[in-house]
Amino acid sequence: MSDLAIERKIDRSKMEVSDEVAIQINDMNKWYGTFHVLRDINLTVNKGERIVIAGPSGSGKSTMIRCINRLEEHQAGDIIVDGIELTNDLKNIDKIRSEVGMCFQHFNLFPHLTILENCTLAPIWVRKTPKKEAIETAMHFLEKVKIPDQANKYPGQLSGGQQQRVAIARSLCMKPRIMLFDEPTSALDPEMIKEVLDTMIELAEEGMTMLCVTHEMGFARQVANRVIFMDQGQIVEQNEPEEFFNNPKSERTKLFLSQILGH
Amino acid sequence: MSDSVAPPKETFRLSMLLYDSRYRGITIQFVVLVLVLLALGWLARNAAVNLAALGKPLRFDFLGDTASYDINQRLIEYTSTDSHGRAVLVGLLNTLLVAFMGCAAATILGVIGGVLRLSSNWLVSRLVALYVEIFRNVPVLLWIFVCMFTLTAIAPAPRAFRGDTPEASMLLWDSMAVTNRGIYIPEPLFSRPLGDLNLGVFNVSIELIVLLAVLAGSLFAMKWNNARANRIQTETGDRPNTMWMNIAIVIIPFLLVLIALGFHIGKPELKGFNFKGGINMSAPLIGLWLGLTLYTTTYIIEAVRSGIQAVSKGQSEAAFALGLRPGRTMSLVILPQALRVIIPQLISQYLNLTKNSSLAVAIGYMDLVSTLGGVTLNQTGREMEAILMLMAIYLTISLTISGTMNWYNNRVKLVER
Ligand SMILES: Nc1ncnc2c1ncn2[C@@H]1O[C@H](COP(=O)(O)OP(=O)(O)OP(=O)(O)O)[C@@H](O)[C@H]1O
Ligand SMILES: [Mg+2]
Repeated sequence: MSDLAIERKIDRSKMEVSDEVAIQINDMNKWYGTFHVLRDINLTVNKGERIVIAGPSGSGKSTMIRCINRLEEHQAGDIIVDGIELTNDLKNIDKIRSEVGMCFQHFNLFPHLTILENCTLAPIWVRKTPKKEAIETAMHFLEKVKIPDQANKYPGQLSGGQQQRVAIARSLCMKPRIMLFDEPTSALDPEMIKEVLDTMIELAEEGMTMLCVTHEMGFARQVANRVIFMDQGQIVEQNEPEEFFNNPKSERTKLFLSQILGH
Repeated sequence: MSDSVAPPKETFRLSMLLYDSRYRGITIQFVVLVLVLLALGWLARNAAVNLAALGKPLRFDFLGDTASYDINQRLIEYTSTDSHGRAVLVGLLNTLLVAFMGCAAATILGVIGGVLRLSSNWLVSRLVALYVEIFRNVPVLLWIFVCMFTLTAIAPAPRAFRGDTPEASMLLWDSMAVTNRGIYIPEPLFSRPLGDLNLGVFNVSIELIVLLAVLAGSLFAMKWNNARANRIQTETGDRPNTMWMNIAIVIIPFLLVLIALGFHIGKPELKGFNFKGGINMSAPLIGLWLGLTLYTTTYIIEAVRSGIQAVSKGQSEAAFALGLRPGRTMSLVILPQALRVIIPQLISQYLNLTKNSSLAVAIGYMDLVSTLGGVTLNQTGREMEAILMLMAIYLTISLTISGTMNWYNNRVKLVER
């Protein structure tokens, strides 16, 4: 992946990291059957942090962030999101899921609903927002991702980049405090990657806490305040972007960087 | 884009009918249609000429002749002195009866089975799989025989219910009797009846019409109630609980009318060597119904399963990630999408069941094929007319079913680019 041409200057005025903890993961372990996917994961994410997670395919990046909103269940250790501990308690899971938004590689928009209905479904049925208000909120976020004029179309009628921006707007409609991204741009053409990254940068500029699995190293360099490198289910190394790219410590990181940066 | 130029005008040339992609399809369809009509006309003319030469011109007046055969399972009045036409009508109604009962039962069992088939409980899903494999891999005719003969061989004869210490006893507080002559179930009776409405061909009881009208009114009121709930949800966000009110709207007027009409249940009772009163569902009807249902259910189970599985896992994950509970995810996200896979398969299963119901002829259930294509044909010797009528009637039924279902399918279709 080339360093992405992010042309505009990034406004860092609101991109402050607070002392408050958003996500706390302690000694988390996960198995698929007998296969040990995640080993002793320890991670603290403060409010306002922008974290990029990188690593080779199959290293457990998706699995880790999917544990944070309980799309996957962990078997040992604790995950505490916004002060709520993730257990089998359905109430806690519901609370955490409405605090945490997520975007997927393949967008996963609901194809039988219009763009607007995609964005209002959860606010109406989960947050019990009046429909009128839900529509106003949805239009607000659709404008933010620059596709208000597509509101009454169906997902199948939009380009990939537009669909991913709708997916971001759909998550934002739930007013989440934390956003998870799982390779949001890897199913897109370069031109569309840019429009989606722009949207994500805007989110970062507003101070959103973000965890991003991505191969966009340009985004990592310019937006992230921490890069995490995972391999074989472990967090091998984490550092500020400059240090991470210029002075990787472990051999595995060096190897990965040399492959991904193509030198 | 508002000031874009109008598309260029085109001149039409005859050769475009063949070489222009827009017209070519229409041209081909037109030619094929003409050829098919010509072929049909030629066949019909030949048949008419040949039949006339045989001294059997195509005539349908045999339908007015006396049928002089009995039909024991019937929905409308009929005796052997009635005409063949009426016998055919009795047969048609019997076909529709078993087809309707079969489709309804198979749909209910199929949806339940399809969901259970995907259950995470290993035993349950295996059992359903076993059922599917056993029942769909044996010809349906055999299942009809099995059901029929199980009933006639294992169920007791009516006389077993007699005496002070009977060998067999009735079910459900003495209201239902399973015998080798069929199943006797209670019938609805009205002590203040309103009489019958003569529709020319058959009578319809006015009580039934009144009850249906009341039900229709209640459903309308229920729709209004739901619309009100939607409006309140739009304005305040809270959806008032409509369930109890809807139940009341439907049940209370219905109950009031039932009481007004003096509704009571007529239980079948043993008189002499057989049961009197109640409704008799004859052994062939039960056998055919069970056989068709058990067989068709397997296909509907597979249709429902494949429909749910065709919706990608990402859909439920996205819904969960937004905080939707599994129940809501199923009803708002998964099922609406699964329907578009399920419905086309349901159509073909309904059509199959309806056509398979003609196997009735093998166990003596007097359906359309047994009456028109069986006794009537043999008595009158009108093969051509009978076969043409049978084909026309089955075609009409099938087209009605698929037309209705396709209309529904179009309503739930996804919009693609
Ligand atoms: N449902 C599952 N059952 C069993 N193994 C699984 C399951 N899902 C993932 N795995 C395995 O867990 C490991 C981690 O998968 P994960 O999807 O988290 O990798 P990833 O780092 O996101 O990779 P990629 O960059 O290719 O998306 C892989 O080896 C994968 O094969
Ligand atoms: Mg992944």
